[in-house]
Amino acid sequence: MTTTATRVKTRRRRAFTRRDIVTLVLFIGVPSFLHIFWVWIPALSTIGLSFTFWNGVKISDIKWAGLANYNTIFTASPQFYDALQNNAYWLLWFTFIATPLGVLLAYQVDRAIRGHKIYESVYYIPVVLSLAVIGIIWRFMLGPAGLVQVLLGHPGIEDAIPIFGNYSINTYVILGIASWRHIGYIMLLYLAGLKSVDPSLREAAAIDGATEWQTFRKIVLPAMAPVNTIIIVITVIESLRAFDLIYIIYGTSTGWPILGMLVFVNIYGQAASMLGAAYAVILFLLSIIPIVFYLRTVFREDIK
Amino acid sequence: MSHIVQNQKYRNRQKIKDAFITAFIAIFAVVWMIPILWTFWTSLRPYSDIIQKGVFSRPDTLNLQNYADAYRLMNIWEYLSNSFIVAIPAVFLTLFFGSLIAFVVTRYSFKFNLYLLLLFTAGNLLPVQLVYAPLFKMYIWIGDLVGNRNILYDSYLGVILIHVALQVGFATFVMSSYMKTIPKEISESAMVDGASVFRHYWNVILPLLRPPLAALSVLMTTWIYNEFFWAIVLIKSDSKRPITSALGRLQGEFVTDFNLLAAGAIMAALPTLIIFFILKRQFVSGLTLGSTKG
Repeated sequence: MTTTATRVKTRRRRAFTRRDIVTLVLFIGVPSFLHIFWVWIPALSTIGLSFTFWNGVKISDIKWAGLANYNTIFTASPQFYDALQNNAYWLLWFTFIATPLGVLLAYQVDRAIRGHKIYESVYYIPVVLSLAVIGIIWRFMLGPAGLVQVLLGHPGIEDAIPIFGNYSINTYVILGIASWRHIGYIMLLYLAGLKSVDPSLREAAAIDGATEWQTFRKIVLPAMAPVNTIIIVITVIESLRAFDLIYIIYGTSTGWPILGMLVFVNIYGQAASMLGAAYAVILFLLSIIPIVFYLRTVFREDIK
Repeated sequence: MSHIVQNQKYRNRQKIKDAFITAFIAIFAVVWMIPILWTFWTSLRPYSDIIQKGVFSRPDTLNLQNYADAYRLMNIWEYLSNSFIVAIPAVFLTLFFGSLIAFVVTRYSFKFNLYLLLLFTAGNLLPVQLVYAPLFKMYIWIGDLVGNRNILYDSYLGVILIHVALQVGFATFVMSSYMKTIPKEISESAMVDGASVFRHYWNVILPLLRPPLAALSVLMTTWIYNEFFWAIVLIKSDSKRPITSALGRLQGEFVTDFNLLAAGAIMAALPTLIIFFILKRQFVSGLTLGSTKG
């Protein structure tokens, strides 16, 4: 048993010539070098720097700060709690409204209702647009002289009512715009999964007199288990690292604070602290759970 | 008899329900398109027309004048070419690197294979906020080290490399799950024939990877073209910025002339819209290859 194992091993090892080994090292080495130096080392540096004070100029200026940055965030930054709250709203809204809507839409479109090809394209379009473009498009809807303003009876630029700056509604406005894109994205992912569910299962359920809702819950949802996990994880990760849309609408002002924005503002704004790094680490700690969940789902078979 | 009647009844009820659902989805779809159609409508009208008669007025003229003006005044062509200068090499390198890692991980059984895959996939999921500040410093230091500050910072190369470094994880993941479906026998016969590792990759495996490569190239081009954040952090000169990053500045500069801005935004969106409508199937399968293979 052991001898055959070693013999197999040596035979395999002998199959690699020196050139093959060089090729393999390059194949793995070059992409890994880039990935580790461009992604992991900066990420680990941020974690390290979050425990320091530094003005970002000379390495010798780095001073150990312990948990001081975190202390500042938790005790002296009311913005942190606002941001946490906004991230939570984002997460709740995406989980309970936008994502289920995308799933439902996919389910209905998959039943090949009339014109389903057109609807597919329509709902996908926001997914292929850059958030930079989406920001401008929604300014034409909601900003001064925008369509919504005109419909509300404020057609001029001077008498426009503030929508993005109105604290009682801007959360819904932002989440609405974000959903415009997210629903199509979820629908797209789910639709592809649905195509792989055996249609005869559903026919059988319909013949047995199951209602639409029963079929969905008892047949479709269980068959889609892996896709469900991935969609949930994507929803959570997207809600945590949301940044682009807020940046496009508010710039770097914290008109609607969110964790991703606080990282950005504090790294480029206040020189001598590493508050931004500490914010990034908090964001990272919150993302670990969904990331691990995702890796466990997609590598389930390999890990075993 | 009664059974058939009941069945008929059920089917009728289902028909009514389907009609309701179809109507609802159709209305929803119209609502979905309004923002884009409104922007397009705005882009076709002269600014003076709107100022005099209001936003909702019947237009006297509808033409592409705003597009011609925006193209000229906003340097759209320059920004668009910057976008392609970044996106095309970035997509090419991402797919090349991704296919290399996927090839080694699925065709040879090294102990570190799973860890390598995990490293790349996890790296792709990290919040970018964790990466950019040290990366920015690193670019400037490397620049000082080689005596040319703009080798990575404020250069296309720097933006290309960070796109590749982040996206290669997704490409690796998609291609390795695709490669697992290619029978081992193909590789074994190549090895028995004494093909070198490079020939095994280049002549045997790479030609079989056409479907995921096509799907990923469409998807990655869209993603990298749409991404605007890295260029904002890493590129200082406005003349080097890709169009999606430049839109922020243009928005400030042309804030009062929104018909021009609408035309600019539509032009910025055109490349991805064209890609999507021509290669929709590739786009969709690129996204789903990565998520449903679990």
